[in-house]
Amino acid sequence: MSTTTASNGERAQPILFRGIDEEGLHTLEVYRRRGGYDSLKRVLDAMSPADVLAELQASGLRGRGGAGFQMGKKVSFMPAGQMDKYLICNADESEPGTFKDRELMQKSPHMLIEGMIIAAYAAGANRAFIYIRGEYQAQADILDAALVEAQAEGLVGERILDSDFELTLVVHRGAGAYICGEETGLLDSLEGKRGNPRLKPPFPANQGLYQGPTLINNVETLATVPHIIRMGGAEYAKVGTETSTGTKLVSVSGNVQRPGNYEVELGTPSREIIYGLAGGPPEGRTVKLWFPGGSSAPVLTGDDLDVPYDFDALAKAGSMLGSGAIIVVDDSVPVVAVALKLAKFYKHESCGKCTPCREGTRWTVSMLERVDNGLATPMDLDIMASVQEQIIGNCLCVLGDAMAMPIGSMVAKFRDEFEAHIEAARTRNPFGDEQPSPDPVLVQGAAA
Amino acid sequence: MSSRRSEVPRFGHGSRVPGWDDAADLRKDPAVVPDAATTPVPADLRAEIESHMAKYPDHRSASIPALAAAQRHHGWCSPEAIEQVACVMALTPGYLFSVASFYDMLETHPVGRHSIFVCTNISCSLCGADDLLAAIVDAADGDPDLNIRSFECLGACDIAPMASVDGVYVGPVALDEVGTLVAQIKAGEAPLPARQLGGRAVAEPLAAIPKGPTTYGGQMPEEAPGPPAPVEQQSPIPLQDADQSEEGAT
Repeated sequence: MSTTTASNGERAQPILFRGIDEEGLHTLEVYRRRGGYDSLKRVLDAMSPADVLAELQASGLRGRGGAGFQMGKKVSFMPAGQMDKYLICNADESEPGTFKDRELMQKSPHMLIEGMIIAAYAAGANRAFIYIRGEYQAQADILDAALVEAQAEGLVGERILDSDFELTLVVHRGAGAYICGEETGLLDSLEGKRGNPRLKPPFPANQGLYQGPTLINNVETLATVPHIIRMGGAEYAKVGTETSTGTKLVSVSGNVQRPGNYEVELGTPSREIIYGLAGGPPEGRTVKLWFPGGSSAPVLTGDDLDVPYDFDALAKAGSMLGSGAIIVVDDSVPVVAVALKLAKFYKHESCGKCTPCREGTRWTVSMLERVDNGLATPMDLDIMASVQEQIIGNCLCVLGDAMAMPIGSMVAKFRDEFEAHIEAARTRNPFGDEQPSPDPVLVQGAAA
Repeated sequence: MSSRRSEVPRFGHGSRVPGWDDAADLRKDPAVVPDAATTPVPADLRAEIESHMAKYPDHRSASIPALAAAQRHHGWCSPEAIEQVACVMALTPGYLFSVASFYDMLETHPVGRHSIFVCTNISCSLCGADDLLAAIVDAADGDPDLNIRSFECLGACDIAPMASVDGVYVGPVALDEVGTLVAQIKAGEAPLPARQLGGRAVAEPLAAIPKGPTTYGGQMPEEAPGPPAPVEQQSPIPLQDADQSEEGAT
């Protein structure tokens, strides 16, 4: 495997986070002084959309939002010809444990805007939207201000930098729904409806927003595009591993001493991220389990810490890189508590369109509460596992799968602890008269 | 304080606008787009909604920003607020209510003026968010001006446990700071300025980590900043029988 990681001891320089904390980077002036919008100028002066697409394909850049689909390939799916085409930046970063896009939009909004203009040029799109989650009010304000600056300088609008290319860009604020991070749910939400996912196919590249061809990419993916143009696709592909090129922003949180965003080269050993960068769990604790790619990824245990952090190695280890959010849980936390938190989240966020997800998430919560209350028997664990199996692959989107996979993996890997938990709860509550605590989401309003 | 409070549309505990929670009358004709002649819309709200509608190829795309604007104006998505949005956007109130009821940040019941969303998802819970929520509810002491609720991941796990106070992210919030926080919110001041997200630096560890084989055990070079703010470690997710299960498992 040709990696430039750990093997030869040389480390790549940060790409997205280079000088990220510079004062005033969110303004056009500082961003330009640091070479911002040079890539855009080069693209519009000397490159055709096909050239840009070739660079993107050469870079091997894989989507940073969760699915890890090659961005160049996604752009190439866009049909040619004269029609309204759309580019959407998915900034609905709601995956538990993920906060990298927040950092990028807050600190360097022009990097995202420049990447979007170049991507829209490659895809032939003339209308672009940033769908940002409603909770990110400060970040949306920063993006709005950056957009006004860019429009005033002729970087967004008609005849960008005196070329024939035109693009309108709108920052659209959501209103709090995890499902709107799913691309077709996002499309419905952007069309002003409830954010229910759609049946696929047709895929958004054929029929997306307003039934037009639509390219949807994550913030981090689009923010990488100017750097690919600057470095050249082939040069970018030298960073990382053969099939997972480039660097990745990793959000590390949970039971670690230095939670935060770290930019790592793909292929870095996970132990180096969790212990080396984030400081590992507090003194005297060990890693019990960790989510490598947000709460939707099947959990790995302390034995898997040496897995290289890249798309394929994590898939081989039975999990996924997802959105690049590592949540570390140490050995002081009961696994049932984590499972219950997780299941309640997906129950709350299920949009209710598909029965397996709507009912499956609800029943999983009920069964985990039974485990917690001493009403369950070890047989319930088998029933719970079968519920998870019946969710996976049976819905329009993967929200249900995103609960089923981690819960299934927790039951499989920590079955002994689940059984001991059931036993302990039964001893404590022999008559099964303890009621489950109310859903914390319902604790609404101090007066209520 | 008291004069400000009266601006907010407020309803007694448990009360609803008449007809709001009555069962649907199936014999009635469905509600149509409200008549502009009989639906007065404040000029500033109308202007804001129209500016949102102008941004999209299909004006219906503006329904979320328009409802959010109406909510800022009225305090919540009241039937009156939805009527007004429906009138400007030429949509039915039923359609807009279906949208408003889907999203967590659009309130379909009267709520307090100040929103305090406490993230209680996994990462924050691991750092004691459930205790934080309980402490804030205690400190608020039933003030109807405060809309306190637990929220799903707010995307700020680096400052866990955290809360979003009227859209401003603060964290990590220690339990002994809760009293100050609630007092500041009630007084309309900036919440815990030292704890706000805005000024935080990002680490640049890719350049900072040592070259070659790494050894572990906290040997980080000094210049690697690493996100600061030692979080109050470590209250696990409260679960009554946590200890028993630990013993049972080992």
